[in-house]
Amino acid sequence: MTAATIAPARKGSGFWGAFARNKGAVIGLAFLTLIVLMAAFADVLYPDSPWDMTAMPFQPPLSEDALLGSDTLGRDIAAGIAHGARVSLLIGLTSTAVAVLIGVFLGAVSGFYGGRVDDLVMRFTELFQTIPNFVLAVVLVAIFTPSLTSIVLAIAIVSWPPLARLARGEFMSLRSREFVHAAVTTGQSNMTIIWRQILPNSLSPIIVSASLMVATAILLESSLSFLGLGDPNLMSWGYMVGAARTVIRQAWWMSFFPGIAILLTVLALNLVGEGLNDALNPKLARKGRS
Amino acid sequence: MPRIALFISQRLVKAVFVILAIAVFNFFLVHAAPGDPAAVMAGEAGAADAKFVEQLRQQFGLDRPLYEQLGTYMSKVVQADLGYSYRQQRPVFDLLMDRLPVTLSLTLTAFVLALLGGIALGTLAAMRAGTWSDTAITVVGLTAYATPIFWIGLMLILLFSVNLGWLPAFGTESIGAGYTGWDAFLDRARHLVLPVTTLGLFYMAVYTRLTRASILEVRDMDFVKTARAKGLPEWRIVSVHILRNAILPVITVAGFQAGHLIGGSILIETVFALPGIGRLAFEAVLQRDYQVLLGIFLLTSVVVVVFNLLTDLIYSLVDPRIEVAP
Repeated sequence: MTAATIAPARKGSGFWGAFARNKGAVIGLAFLTLIVLMAAFADVLYPDSPWDMTAMPFQPPLSEDALLGSDTLGRDIAAGIAHGARVSLLIGLTSTAVAVLIGVFLGAVSGFYGGRVDDLVMRFTELFQTIPNFVLAVVLVAIFTPSLTSIVLAIAIVSWPPLARLARGEFMSLRSREFVHAAVTTGQSNMTIIWRQILPNSLSPIIVSASLMVATAILLESSLSFLGLGDPNLMSWGYMVGAARTVIRQAWWMSFFPGIAILLTVLALNLVGEGLNDALNPKLARKGRS
Repeated sequence: MPRIALFISQRLVKAVFVILAIAVFNFFLVHAAPGDPAAVMAGEAGAADAKFVEQLRQQFGLDRPLYEQLGTYMSKVVQADLGYSYRQQRPVFDLLMDRLPVTLSLTLTAFVLALLGGIALGTLAAMRAGTWSDTAITVVGLTAYATPIFWIGLMLILLFSVNLGWLPAFGTESIGAGYTGWDAFLDRARHLVLPVTTLGLFYMAVYTRLTRASILEVRDMDFVKTARAKGLPEWRIVSVHILRNAILPVITVAGFQAGHLIGGSILIETVFALPGIGRLAFEAVLQRDYQVLLGIFLLTSVVVVVFNLLTDLIYSLVDPRIEVAP
C-alpha cells in the first residue's frame, strides 16, 4: 500500500477539498472558466460576424486590426476563435448528453434485467465498439449532410458504447445490494427502482466518464470540421485549421491559434475530469500520485 | 480440440458475424440517406432526367422489395463487389485495393512505434513514480492526448519542412528523382517520418498512460518482492517479472484501438497528401461519393476485425491461462 492511497484529507474532506487537492484540476477549471466566458461574451468582444472581412487578408498577428492576424479572406482569427468556442462547447456538451442518454439507458436495461436482454444489448454494444468510430462519424455526417444536428448525432452514435458498459457494470453490482432488494420487497416498479434507487447511486462514475467524453467529442468535432464536414453556417476551430492548411507555408498563424484553442480546451476538460474522478470516486484514487 | 483452437474459432465466427452486421448496416445507411439512391447515382453519373433515373432504378433493382435488395447486396458483398464509383469510373473494390498498401504501412508502423514507445515510457514513469521524469512524461502525455492530430501534423510540417527543411512534407516519394533500390527505400522512409510520428504520438500517449497504471498495480505484489529478495538484478525484475504481468491490459486495449488508427489516418493522409484509404475518404467526402465512403467503412471494419483477431491470438500466447469465453 502506498502512502497516496491512505493520505489523510488535508484541506477538508468535502467535494471541493478533494477536487482542490488535484492541482492540475484547479488549473484546468480556471482555463475552462476562461473559455466559457469567452464563448459567452463572443458577441460583446467581437460583435461582427466572424465570417465578415474586417482586415486585409494575410495580416500577421499583432497587426492593427487583427490581434491574432487575419485569414486568407481577411477574417479576424481572434473573432473566429471566440465564436468558435461556442460551437465547440455546444457540440461537445449536447453530443455527450445524447451519448449519456443512449449509453445509460442501454447499460441500465442490460445490467438490471440481465439474461437474454443483457446478451442482446452487449452484442449490439460490441458491434459498435468494433466499428472504427471516426470513419463511421465521417460516413454519417457526409451522408446526412453536415449540420449541427447531424454532427451531434454522429458524435453521440460513435461515443455511447463505453458508457453503456460502465452503466451496465454499475447496475449489475447494485442490483444485488440490500437496498434494491428492499425496494423490490416493498413492491416498487422496475422503472422506479432503476430511476430512483439505482441510478442516483451510480451517478459518480457516469459523471466522470461524461466529463472526459466532452473532451473527446470536441476533438471529434474539430476533426470533422477540419475535413470540411462542419456545419457550413457555424465558424468552428477545426474549420479554421482546415481552411488554412494549404497556406501553412505563408501564414502559420491561421492554423496555429485555432489549434491552440482546441488543445487548451481539451486539456482543461481532461484535467477537470481527473479532478472529478478524485473527488467523486475517492476509493479509486490512483496509486503513485505524489 | 485444444482450447486455443476453440478460442480462435469462436472468435472467427464472431468476426464473420460482425462483418456481416456491418454490411447490413451499410445497406440501410444508403437507404436512409436523404434522396433516392437512383437519383443520387444519376447525379454522380452526370445526368438526371427522369427516364435515366427510372432506368437506373430498374438496373439496380431499386424497384424491388427491400429484403430482396438486401439479399442482392449481401451476395455482392460476399463476392467482394462493393459497387461502382461513377466519379472515378472504377469499381470501388479496385480503388480500395490500390490505396490500401499506403494506409497499412502508415498505420502499422505508427502502431508498432507507438506501442513500443508507450510501453518504454510508461515503464520508466511507473518505476520512477513521483520523480521529475515521471512528472515530465505524464505532462507531455496529457498534452499529446489533448492535441488534435491534424494540427500536430501541420505544426510538424511547419517546423521540420518549412523552417528547418529536414524532411519532406507531402507525398510518398520524391517525384522525378529517379531513385532506385536502397535510395528509393530511404526516400520513401523519409517521407513517412512525419506522418508516422504524427499518428503515433497520440497513441503513444495513450499506451504510456496505460502501461504506467498497469505497472503501478503490479510492482508492489508479493512475487516482485520475492524476486527482489532473491537478489535478482533490477532490469530482470522489471522485464521478466513486472512487465510480463503488467503488459496484458496494455495489449488488449492497444489491439482494440488499432482500428482507431485507421480513422486517424484519414486526417493524417489529408494533411500529408498521402495516396491512401484516408485520402480516398477525404476525396469521397468532398465529392459526396457514397459508394466509395461505404466501401471504405466496410473495408476499415474488416481491418479492425482482423486486428482484433490478432490481438486475441497474441493475448493467448502471452497469457497461457487464457479462459475460453463461454
